[in-house]
Amino acid sequence: MLAKEIERVGIPAVYVTSLPTVATMIGANRIVRGPAITHPFGLDAGERRRIVERALELLETDVEPNTVWEVDR
Amino acid sequence: MRAVHYVNQFFAGLGGEDKAETPPTRLDGAVGPGRGLVAEGLEIVGTLACGDDYFAEHEEEALAALIGYLEELAPAVLVAGPAFGSGRYGYACGTLVAAADDRGIPAVAAMHPENPGVDAAGKAYVVPTAVNVAGMRDALPRLARLAAALAEGRDLGGPDEEGYLPRGLRRNYFAERSGAERAIDLLLGKLGGETRTEVGGGLDRVDPPAAVPELSATLVALVTEAGCVPQGNPDRLPSVRAQGWFRYDLNGEQTLAAARYESVHGGFDVTLANEDPNRLVPLDTARELEREGRIGRLHEVFYTTTGNGTPVVTATRFGREIAGELREAGVGAVLLSGT
Repeated sequence: MLAKEIERVGIPAVYVTSLPTVATMIGANRIVRGPAITHPFGLDAGERRRIVERALELLETDVEPNTVWEVDR
Repeated sequence: MRAVHYVNQFFAGLGGEDKAETPPTRLDGAVGPGRGLVAEGLEIVGTLACGDDYFAEHEEEALAALIGYLEELAPAVLVAGPAFGSGRYGYACGTLVAAADDRGIPAVAAMHPENPGVDAAGKAYVVPTAVNVAGMRDALPRLARLAAALAEGRDLGGPDEEGYLPRGLRRNYFAERSGAERAIDLLLGKLGGETRTEVGGGLDRVDPPAAVPELSATLVALVTEAGCVPQGNPDRLPSVRAQGWFRYDLNGEQTLAAARYESVHGGFDVTLANEDPNRLVPLDTARELEREGRIGRLHEVFYTTTGNGTPVVTATRFGREIAGELREAGVGAVLLSGT
């Protein structure tokens, strides 16, 4: 819901979550799948960097509603 | 059952577009389509009419005058239209029934579901019609039936049952058959090619804003629903069913150190998160990218709440409030984390 309301005012928001299905259901548009509920940005700094970079790329992309991106492991 | 009927200048027989500036007026008995409603058993004690242009251009005065007439006539129900696909007429009908409903006068309008008047009707009832006047004969009996039910003060069933457009309200009721039985019915129906639902309408959608043009010149904010707070939870963010959100100054922090931050989220095991809160809000990585110039600047505060057990309407409010602050601060992109 936060993602949707933030995008409603025109600010692109990327939502990193391990539950993209729920995020899609509530209407988030830019979603990156995190590895786990307990650590959506991964466990170590390397993994975190890959996830954040992926999220930034999604912010720089024109998307269709409910776009979900995966992160390479 | 006393009903008052609202029509535009055309259906009142006052004239066409040349009379669209006619101010509100009151006529005795039923006029035009009102006679069809009478034939369906409705007692129409008076007809109110207004030119479509007059209403659109002088909404406040028109509404005040029409409500004045309505209160004098004190009907059991107000009926407006049918307006079919006519935008101005539909808007006048919708606005008037909403105003009547606000004053405790049961009210129903009739128009095409895509008429802008449907939104204007608020919580008043709208009976769907065809897009043009060819749908009159089909619309009048349905409109009369719903109007009579409202005038009697009968408890109405759902939109499908009673023939009105969904108003986005849900009401508890005792169903004769259990949820399991009804779900199986829906499933079998779906297998048979007929998709139905008991919970229609649904969530609104937001069009995705265009891509950030130049991230290296953009202020980026961190927001989280993962319950990340300063160590000790000074503002007592609840671990479930949060009533609000908090904004914490990053004070130039380079990382969310475990000694200084923690998660109080009650919806998952926070052991791993609390070993390194950057796993929930990646401040360390974001700072790195800020130093490298990949992002322009990191917003000086981060926003946090717990996203579990929060009703949709509450979460929407959080989002709206946070979005307002972000926009004010000139934030151009948001990195949001949830669990």
